[in-house]
Amino acid sequence: MKIHEYQAKELMAARGIPVPLGRVATTVDEAVAAVRPLIEESGNPVVVVKSQIHAGGRGKGRFKEHPDVGGVNVVTAGIEGGIEAAEEAVRHLAHQMLHSTLVTVQTGPEGKQVNRLYIEQGIDIARELYLSVLLDRAVWRNIVMASTEGGTEIEIVAEETPEKILRVEIDPAFGLLDFQAAELADGLGLEGQAERNGKKFFAALAEAAVELDTDLVEINPLVVTTDGQVMALDGKISFEPNALFRHPDVAELRDHSEEEDAEMAASEHGLSFIKLDGTIGCMVNGAGLAMATMDIIKHFGAEPANFLDVGGGATADKVTEAFKIITADPNVKGIFVNIFGGIMKCDTIAEGVVEAVKEVGLEVPLVVRLEGTNVELGKQIIDRSGLNVVSASDMKDGAQKIVEAVA
Amino acid sequence: MSVLIDKDTRVLVQGLGRTGTFHTDKAIAYGTQMVAAVHPTKKDTTEVFTGETDHSGVPGRDDTYEVELPIFGSVADAVAATGADASVVYVPPPFAADAIMEAADAGIELVVCITEGIPVADMVVVKRYLQDRPTRLVGPNCPGVITPAQCKIGIMPGYIHTPGRIGVVSRSGTLTYEAVHQLTQIGLGQTTAIGIGGDPVNGTNFVDALRLFNDDPETEGVIMIGEIGGTAEEEAAACIAEHMTKPVAGFIAGTTAPPGKRMGHAGAIISGGKGTAEAKIAALREAGVVVAPTPTDMGTAMMEALGG
Repeated sequence: MKIHEYQAKELMAARGIPVPLGRVATTVDEAVAAVRPLIEESGNPVVVVKSQIHAGGRGKGRFKEHPDVGGVNVVTAGIEGGIEAAEEAVRHLAHQMLHSTLVTVQTGPEGKQVNRLYIEQGIDIARELYLSVLLDRAVWRNIVMASTEGGTEIEIVAEETPEKILRVEIDPAFGLLDFQAAELADGLGLEGQAERNGKKFFAALAEAAVELDTDLVEINPLVVTTDGQVMALDGKISFEPNALFRHPDVAELRDHSEEEDAEMAASEHGLSFIKLDGTIGCMVNGAGLAMATMDIIKHFGAEPANFLDVGGGATADKVTEAFKIITADPNVKGIFVNIFGGIMKCDTIAEGVVEAVKEVGLEVPLVVRLEGTNVELGKQIIDRSGLNVVSASDMKDGAQKIVEAVA
Repeated sequence: MSVLIDKDTRVLVQGLGRTGTFHTDKAIAYGTQMVAAVHPTKKDTTEVFTGETDHSGVPGRDDTYEVELPIFGSVADAVAATGADASVVYVPPPFAADAIMEAADAGIELVVCITEGIPVADMVVVKRYLQDRPTRLVGPNCPGVITPAQCKIGIMPGYIHTPGRIGVVSRSGTLTYEAVHQLTQIGLGQTTAIGIGGDPVNGTNFVDALRLFNDDPETEGVIMIGEIGGTAEEEAAACIAEHMTKPVAGFIAGTTAPPGKRMGHAGAIISGGKGTAEAKIAALREAGVVVAPTPTDMGTAMMEALGG
């Protein structure tokens, strides 16, 4: 689960991790009102206006409605014109940015609507670094990754200059040890005040990652200020979904407006669903089989419209909901139901499909492949329903039939 | 022969909720030696299982039975009283990691964890805990392990399996069933099928399973089923190239999966351009594995690898 930058920074600040002063705004007036206290408290006449969306590349992104405006803007009007000038500049920017559509490398061409701005104090930056805490699946532990190449995507650094990436493994029994923090500080070339602050920063961040059950904490850039402070200039946190049950306060930070409606509806019904761009809707039991079903559709020349795993213990109701979610997508030109019944019985799936078709109708071809527990019962239910359903003998047969049907 | 489990394996079950009870019944019907249950609030009672099963038994075998399973408050007590050497964990996610470590502490040799949804951080601790202990973990988030007609530990439908010559190891439950079903249909059967699970931090990995099958005289070939995310398949490919003396067929799911999205399994995610199906398929082919183009072709890919 992803959260916004301002939320990540609030969580960090609450754990003693230095972040710039900032205020979130959902209206132009709130954005303007943030300027005076920020400038007065920080003593810095510069403020930064940042779009809050769940996608990276905001700085280089541009608004569809205002192609000359970027997703992150440094307001320097206050240096010469004082607070009032800064406020006017922020007002002008907030008008353009709020409720406009920001397109970045990560949003796709359709972009994302900006509903929140984060107004932040200006920082006198001496150096930009990179820092993250994430799971390394090869060693089954969290690692701290750091680099002197702040502001650049870490994937690019890994590709072009892998020797510039430092990594330190965190033993879950001991946490990040002092000598490891010192190793990172040394590797990043931190000295004096910055070295002391850096070590504290690394330790606090590693601890926060464990406490909050994060999937990824990424600070890019981590900045060293001209007076030796070490600070998170940006902050991205995503949480491990399996651990949200023990962090109800974090679960509340979820911004539903950032997520696909269909994916939300699916997760409410305990279905695992991901929307894709193709024309063949899929309903499958089991994550691996669901992926393989998408693959086999592609193999025979068409594109899947979704990933959908109804799970091992699905009921007829759940199957009906799954069917509704698939048919609600106007791109869907055909549906492939692919079930290997284990715990999930084929007759349960068949009942769900019949029920769903009765309820929502069926305007596109439907191919059903059933195998496994109670397969004969399941086939009987489909046959007796009088529905216009094509039966498939195996997965390949089913995929070929649905691809032909939509061609 | 087989790997990990056979007719002499004595199994205890941790967690006797609805799922645990249902599958314990199916395991007994299959002929598994279920010897004890561990459930703190039901301790010192018994649970009676009687033979009214559906299709989980071995074909042709009498499905009537009555088994009275003693319930203990801890794994240590259950082991002391029954000599159990394997455990199957159906404990809910918040408590599952602790259940695994409790079993390891009690000296259980094989822990099979079925539970889906265990926090990754908990599994990181479990891995650390098991580091210097002899216990082998399979899973979590897996269908379990089965040696056909001998012992079934987990949630797989027993009747699709048949004793035979091929080892199966997989990150996906239903794709394991597909492979097993095909092997049964073409008459190769299975020695043992191991579901290693769909989580990013798990116990037994492809490499471990491949080594077990390589050392098992009855196993003539192996089907391995991987998916996007992580590098376990690449490590398997390296192991196959270097050590494996038996033919291997494979399938990798997720060729069409978009990057950055978790495809149902917690571990099935392409991140930072790493963990793609293409890279895994290429690594396996390089190591001489016959990779099936679709899941329907896994059985025939195995035939091809065997040279038939």
